Amino acid sequence: MPGLPPHNTAVKAEDGPALDDLFADDDKPKLPSAEATLATMSDLSNPFVMLTYYRRCFPFKQLFLWLNHGQVPTRQFTHREFAMNLPNDVYIRYNSYANAEEMKKDVVRLNPARFEIGPVYSGRPKDKKVLMKNAFKPLLRELVFDIDMTDYDSIRTCCKDKAMCKRCWRFISMAVKVLDETLRNDFGFNHLLWVYSGRRGIHCWVSDPAALALSDDQRRAIVNYIEVIKGGAKQDKKVNLPRPLHPSMLRALETLNNYFPRVVLEDQDCFKDPEQWETILALLPDRKHAEELKKEFEATPSKASAERWKSLLQIKASNELTLRKHRDFVEDIKLQYTYPRIDTEVSKKLNHLLKSPFCIHPGTGRVCVPLLASQVESFDPSAVPTVGQLLMELEELARSGGSVGNGGVDDKTGWEKTSLRPYVELFEKYVEGLVKEGVRGRKEEKAESMEF
Amino acid sequence: MYAGGRQSTSNRNLATAANGSSSAAVAEVSRHAPPRSGKFPHRLNFYEQPPTEEITVEQFEEWAIDRLRLLADIESAQARNKSFEEIKVIVGERAKMYMPLSSDTARSVDVEAERKKDQYSHFVLRLAFCRSEELRARFLKVETTLFRIRFETDDLTERRRFVDSLNFGWDVVGQQEKQELRAQLAAAMRLRDEDKLGAESFFKVDWTQVTDLVSQRKVFLRAGKAYVPSKEELSLVLAEFQNRLYRGLEMTAKALPRLDEDQRLLPVLEHLSMGFQAGITSEYVFSTTGDGEEITAEMVPDLARQSFPMCMRSLEDTLRGSKHLKHEGRQQYNLFLKGIGLSVEEAIVFWRKAFKLITDDAFNKNYKYNIRHGYGLEGSRKNYSPKSCQQIITGATPGPGQAHGCPFRHYSEANLTSSLLTTYGLSGSDTKDIVSAVKSSHYHLACTRLFEIQHAKLGVAKGEGLGKGDSVDHPNRYFDRSRALYKEQREKETSEEGKVKKEEAMDIDG
Repeated sequence: MPGLPPHNTAVKAEDGPALDDLFADDDKPKLPSAEATLATMSDLSNPFVMLTYYRRCFPFKQLFLWLNHGQVPTRQFTHREFAMNLPNDVYIRYNSYANAEEMKKDVVRLNPARFEIGPVYSGRPKDKKVLMKNAFKPLLRELVFDIDMTDYDSIRTCCKDKAMCKRCWRFISMAVKVLDETLRNDFGFNHLLWVYSGRRGIHCWVSDPAALALSDDQRRAIVNYIEVIKGGAKQDKKVNLPRPLHPSMLRALETLNNYFPRVVLEDQDCFKDPEQWETILALLPDRKHAEELKKEFEATPSKASAERWKSLLQIKASNELTLRKHRDFVEDIKLQYTYPRIDTEVSKKLNHLLKSPFCIHPGTGRVCVPLLASQVESFDPSAVPTVGQLLMELEELARSGGSVGNGGVDDKTGWEKTSLRPYVELFEKYVEGLVKEGVRGRKEEKAESMEF
Repeated sequence: MYAGGRQSTSNRNLATAANGSSSAAVAEVSRHAPPRSGKFPHRLNFYEQPPTEEITVEQFEEWAIDRLRLLADIESAQARNKSFEEIKVIVGERAKMYMPLSSDTARSVDVEAERKKDQYSHFVLRLAFCRSEELRARFLKVETTLFRIRFETDDLTERRRFVDSLNFGWDVVGQQEKQELRAQLAAAMRLRDEDKLGAESFFKVDWTQVTDLVSQRKVFLRAGKAYVPSKEELSLVLAEFQNRLYRGLEMTAKALPRLDEDQRLLPVLEHLSMGFQAGITSEYVFSTTGDGEEITAEMVPDLARQSFPMCMRSLEDTLRGSKHLKHEGRQQYNLFLKGIGLSVEEAIVFWRKAFKLITDDAFNKNYKYNIRHGYGLEGSRKNYSPKSCQQIITGATPGPGQAHGCPFRHYSEANLTSSLLTTYGLSGSDTKDIVSAVKSSHYHLACTRLFEIQHAKLGVAKGEGLGKGDSVDHPNRYFDRSRALYKEQREKETSEEGKVKKEEAMDIDG
C-alpha cells in the first residue's frame, strides 16, 4: 500500500515466543530488550511500541464481540467501517474486516497511531469503490457522546487547555451521572459503555439495538433534548430554561445539587476573584441585590466562594415575582456550572467516526479504557496504564521467564498479566450482557417468524 | 374539447399509486351534521384510497399542474428560509386560485368537486414523483407541509372528526398512570399548576414518533416512551401522515414498471417531474402588447444591462463579442426578444446589425427565415412562446461555442463566480448566496437572488423576489418585473415634482 512508512512492510505478524526474538531480524526497528526502560517503551515515535501493543495487548476479540453482539460474524462487524490514523498523518478510511483475526492482522500491518470506528454500511466498506452509490449507505451506528474538558475551560480554575487533574475529573463525573440517568430513564437505553479518551475527556457508546438504528433526525432530537448550555464565549448566561423545569431538568438539578458545593464552591472556588463573581453579579435579575453584593464582596476580597454563594442566596424581597426570578436564576447558574457540556456534532450524525476503546492516546500514551458510570467518581485518570508501562510489565514477565503467550487473537497473556487486566475484564463482562441480549433478540425474532 | 377518443380511463393506473391496502375502513358514522360529500366526508385526506372514477387526460394533467404549483411554492419558500407562518400565508393565497379546498361549512361551494381534484392530483403526482429517491424525499417533504397547513387551518370540529376516523390506535395513558405522573406531565407542558392538567388526555408513543417535541423538551419521557398531550396531537398526525405516504411512495415505485406501457400518461408524468425540478410556479402568459414602451433594436443593449436575466445577458454579450450566435442561442434569444416586445421588423434590423461579419446575401438566405419563423411568419406559422426557465434548464446542454442555457445550471462554479463579478460587480457574500443556491440545484432561486441584488437600489429587499416572494420561473417575467420597477420609480419621481403644487391646492380647498 502506498504512503506507508517502510518499516511496516518489513514486519510480519508472526507469532513470537518472547519479545527478544522479535528483534532477531536486523531490518526491523530495534528496541534492545536489555536496555528497555519505561522511557524507551513509552516512545511512541518508535513504531515498535505501538506494534507490540497491538500484537500483545489489544483485546481484538472483545472489541469484535462488542461491535458484533454475538460470536458469529454478522454485517454489524463485517460491514463496519474502521478508519486508520497512521503516524505520518495519513488517514485510511473504509477498511472493513471479516472477523477479529483479519482485523488484528491488518492493524498490525498498518500499525496506526490510533483507529476510529464508523457506522455499519449496507455494503462492505472495503468494496466501496465498486459498489453503486445507492448500495453504500450508513445503516447502523452506536449512539455516541463526547465530553471534552476544553468545553469547561471557562469555569474550571485548576487547569487549562490540555492539562487535567483529579479535580477537573469531577466535572466529568457530574456529566456522566446526568447523561447516564437521562439516557437510561428517559430514552430507555440499557447498554452504555463509558470510555476514557486518554487525556481529558470521556466518550459514551450506547449499543442498544434501538440506539444503533437511530436516524440522524432522531439523534439530533436526543442532542437537543439533552443540550442545555448554549452560547459561546461572548454569552455570559449560558442557561436559559423555560419554567417550570422539564422533569429531566429537575432530576438533573437534584443530582447536581449534591455536587455543586463540593466541586464548584470548594474545589474550583469559582467565585473567588473579582472577575469571576462580577460576571455572576452582572446576570442577577434583581439589580438592587447585585449592588449590595458587589459592595459586600469588594469589602471582603479573601472570602471563599461558599460564603459568597451563601450571601447570594439570601435575598430580601417580599415580592413573589422577584423571589421566583431569583430562585430560577440560582437554578440556571447551578446548571451552568455543573450540567454536562457535550460536543454536539459528534452525536448528531450516523456516520461520525469515533476513536476506538483501547487505543493509545498519542499525546499521553494512556490506554483509552472503558469504565462504568457507577465507577466514574472513583476513577483516577492518572492511574490508567500507559503503553510504556504495559510493555515494561511484559518485558519483566519475559525476563523472569514467565509464559508470554503466542500473540493470537485468543491470547490473553498480554493483558491478563498486566495492569490492563481489570479494564479488559470489565469490558468482557459488559460485552457479555450485550451478547446475551443479542441472542435473546434473535431468538424472539425467529420465534415470531415461525408463527407465520 | 374532450373528443370521444381522448376520453381516458386512468383509474387503473391511479390505483397503482395507492399504497396497496384496499380495505382501510374510512366509513365512520358521524354524530354531528352529516358530511356534505358522501365520497369525501373530510376536507383533510390521508390519501389511503386511490381514486377509481374516470377522468379525462386533460383533467389528469391540469389538476396535477395546479397541485404542482402549490408544492413548488412551498418548496421555493422553504429553500428561502421562510418561516412556517409565512409559507402558510403564501400557500393560502395560491390555493385560493389553483386548488381551493373548503370545509363543510362553505355552503355555496361544490366541496365534492374540490376534494376530488385534491385526491386525484395527489395520486397523479405520486406517480410522477416516485421515480427516484430524491424526488420521493422532496415530494414527501412538501406534501407533509401542505397537509400541515391544511390541518392547522381546518375547522376544529371537522378536524376532530377526521382524526377520530383514522383510528390511529395510539396508546392512551390510563387515569391511574396519569395520576401518578401528574407532576411530571404538568411540568413537561410548562404548567405551574398541576390542577390545570384537568381533563387533558395523553397518548403514550415511542419517542421516535415525536422527535420535534422531544427536541423542544415539550413531552415527558420515560423508558423510551413519550407522553404526548392531546393538544400536541399535530406532531403525531404528521408523523403518521409521513410514514404512510413514505410507504405508499415505495409501493408506487415498485408498481410503476406496469404503467410504462401507457403511452398517453407517461409523457405527462415525465413533464410533471421535470417541472418540479425546475421549480415552475405558474405559466408565463405571453402577450405581444407591451405596456406602452416601444422597444427598438437600438434599445436592446441598454435594456440588457438594466433588465435582462443573466441567461439573456450572456447571449447578448456573446453576440456582441463574437458577432454571431449558434442556432440554439439564436432561438432562445429571438423568442425572448419577441417576448419583450421587439417587433419582427426591429428584430431583423437587430440581428442584421449584430451579425457584422456576414454579408447581406448570406443573412437573408440563412438567418432571416429563422427569425421570421420564430415570429410565426414562416413554415407552420406557429406562434412560439418564449422559452421558460424549465425549458431552458432542462433543455439541450450547451456544447462548445454555444451560449444558450441557464448560467446557473450550465456554468461551472468558477465561471459563474467570475461572471457575477465582472458583469454585475457582485460582492463576496452575495456571490456566496447564489453559489449555495446553485449547489443545492435551486437554479431559479439563484436567479431570483440576482434579481433582488440587481434591483436593490429600486427598493427590492432580500426574499421579496419578483414581488410577494415569487421566484423567477421565466426570463420574460424577470424582464417584465424589472421594467415595472423602473416605471414605478419614474412615476414616483414625476409625482414628487407635482406634489408641492397639489398640497397648495389642498390648503385652499380645506
